[in-house]
Amino acid sequence: MEKAQRIWRHPILDFKRGRKINFQLKGKRIEGYENESIAAALVASGVKVFGKSKRFNHPRGWFCGIGKCSSCLMRVNGIPSGRTCIIPVRGGMKVELQGREGALPDESNIKAERKEEYVQVLVIGSGPAGLEAGITSRKLGLGTLIIDENPISGGQLIKQTHKFFGSKKEYAGLRGFEIAKIMLAELKKYGGRYLTETSAIGYYGKDGKHKFLAVQKLGDSYRLLEINADNIVITSGANENYLSFPGNYLPGVYGAGGVQTLMNVYGVKPGSKALIVGAGNVGLIIGYQLLQAGVEVKALIEAMPYVGGYLVHASKIARLGIPILLRHTIKEVKGKECVNGATIIEVDENKHPIEGTEKELDIDLVLIAIGLSASTKIPFQAECEKMFVQELGGWIPIYNENMETTIDGVYLAGDVSGIAEASTAMLEGRIAGAAIAEKEGYNPEQARRIKKDSFSELCKLRESSSLKAVAEGKRKCQQKWNEVKNYEK
Amino acid sequence: MKNELREMGYLTYDILREKINLPSEGRLAKGPVAIIECTEDIPCDPCVEACKFGAINKESLITPPTIDYEKCTGCTLCIDICPGLAIFVVNMNYKEGKALISIPYEMLPVPKRGEKVETLDRSGKKIGKAEVIKTRKGKGETFVISIAVDKNLAMQARSIKIQKG
Repeated sequence: MEKAQRIWRHPILDFKRGRKINFQLKGKRIEGYENESIAAALVASGVKVFGKSKRFNHPRGWFCGIGKCSSCLMRVNGIPSGRTCIIPVRGGMKVELQGREGALPDESNIKAERKEEYVQVLVIGSGPAGLEAGITSRKLGLGTLIIDENPISGGQLIKQTHKFFGSKKEYAGLRGFEIAKIMLAELKKYGGRYLTETSAIGYYGKDGKHKFLAVQKLGDSYRLLEINADNIVITSGANENYLSFPGNYLPGVYGAGGVQTLMNVYGVKPGSKALIVGAGNVGLIIGYQLLQAGVEVKALIEAMPYVGGYLVHASKIARLGIPILLRHTIKEVKGKECVNGATIIEVDENKHPIEGTEKELDIDLVLIAIGLSASTKIPFQAECEKMFVQELGGWIPIYNENMETTIDGVYLAGDVSGIAEASTAMLEGRIAGAAIAEKEGYNPEQARRIKKDSFSELCKLRESSSLKAVAEGKRKCQQKWNEVKNYEK
Repeated sequence: MKNELREMGYLTYDILREKINLPSEGRLAKGPVAIIECTEDIPCDPCVEACKFGAINKESLITPPTIDYEKCTGCTLCIDICPGLAIFVVNMNYKEGKALISIPYEMLPVPKRGEKVETLDRSGKKIGKAEVIKTRKGKGETFVISIAVDKNLAMQARSIKIQKG
């Protein structure tokens, strides 16, 4: 069983697994490796069902893999609703399906201490935007702290095995996971601090002073951090969009990004025969990565009459024999406890299914790659002003050209400010970091220069037709910010 | 985005002929030359720096690259640099009746020299047999595989499939 699920040879990646350990699932012994998540160890052992849904008692399993979707909640060492996809597995752990509701334990064995901290710049999230904001502000002389709820820093870079487009300043030609390593080394070189397994749980600022509460996991105990900060950069990234169809809840229907995490970070095969839904860049790239991991791809379907992603990405998988079926959608997924086949159907120009065009596919894996939405919970809880921007994928906190929100000293960068791509995230992080240094009077001239250079790089990127809509959306956010600020005056 | 380009779902030779300036018959007959199958305005430029002969040019970060076929020596060093895996080297002066095609390859297993493989066109259709003449491990784990194919397949053969057993 184990041999079939784990990836031992990969054309690009070399999986460095930790020590082999044993843990328990409902009293049954399961093998895992240190440094991998509980959920990844479970999938690798053939366990697909992690729990049941509250309302319909439907099975639930892996979906996003990065602590955002709540599909993997389980009771871990007696504590309910643990996000098993971001909790590292440890020897002797007791993991249980928690039933439809996560009841609190009879007696609390949660050990927690409280600690107060002060930093000049607190960065929430350690993806390309967060790392760049941390590096830039630290380099210019500010005290910084980056927190991330995932066990590994680097955001979504760590699961990207393709070489990145862009120019040299944004690490073009290197693979995502390599870029994450370089950026982390850079952060360490300048003495920037970062904490993993540390979740920001709420903004409690008042009277112009910023305060965030965060919970840091330390093995089996917890620490409540009260972080007072002069400036905050929120880089909370994005969530994967979902699609409605019968059977969409079944384990085996996974987010494309979630599968990248499972497959490319933890070296675990998500299934053996896949159907990809969505021909944007994420869908096209995941097709290629599935082949690299030894997963057969039966088809990639797209409801639009054309491929949404770059032709070079589509060409890469087409010439390897993956059928790209345009004007097709998913009708239903079959299976009781997990995916066991799917029906796809052609659609007309209005995207209505055409009866009689159904095709049955023998698959055990469906990847949803139909776009992302900004993870805006943190800025909205902090009560940053927002607007609906179609081009950016939904409700977005508004901000100015320095990436500062309507709350003074609270900045955004990356996908939380509107869905774009990694080069944009890096440049926005750099702008936010430099804007803070400029405002605080730390090497202001150098800061202004970094800001100016980053703006001009952003403008160059945005000439590309693939980023035109994003540029328009971001312009709207900035315009709205000015309107709100003028009204306040 | 000009969506008519993307209605096939992948790049085809017809789109390519229309969109880029391919090497002339005369240049092809002389020996190896790179063909950059990149037609969209992708903000990307590692190919420009990768060329030791200054043959690859981009007007701006987003314009598709152009190549000076007289400067290009067909050295294959750009193949494993291109993040889009969109560069191929075609040598029509390889052998009587055969062309040598160099392609990027990032799958397992990596074929061995002398191995017989199937060759596929841009749509993934099997179009004939090929022999692996050379393999080179390029930058960042990307292999460059050179295959000998019948000359009439030189502008179609862009992928390989390892034969099982």
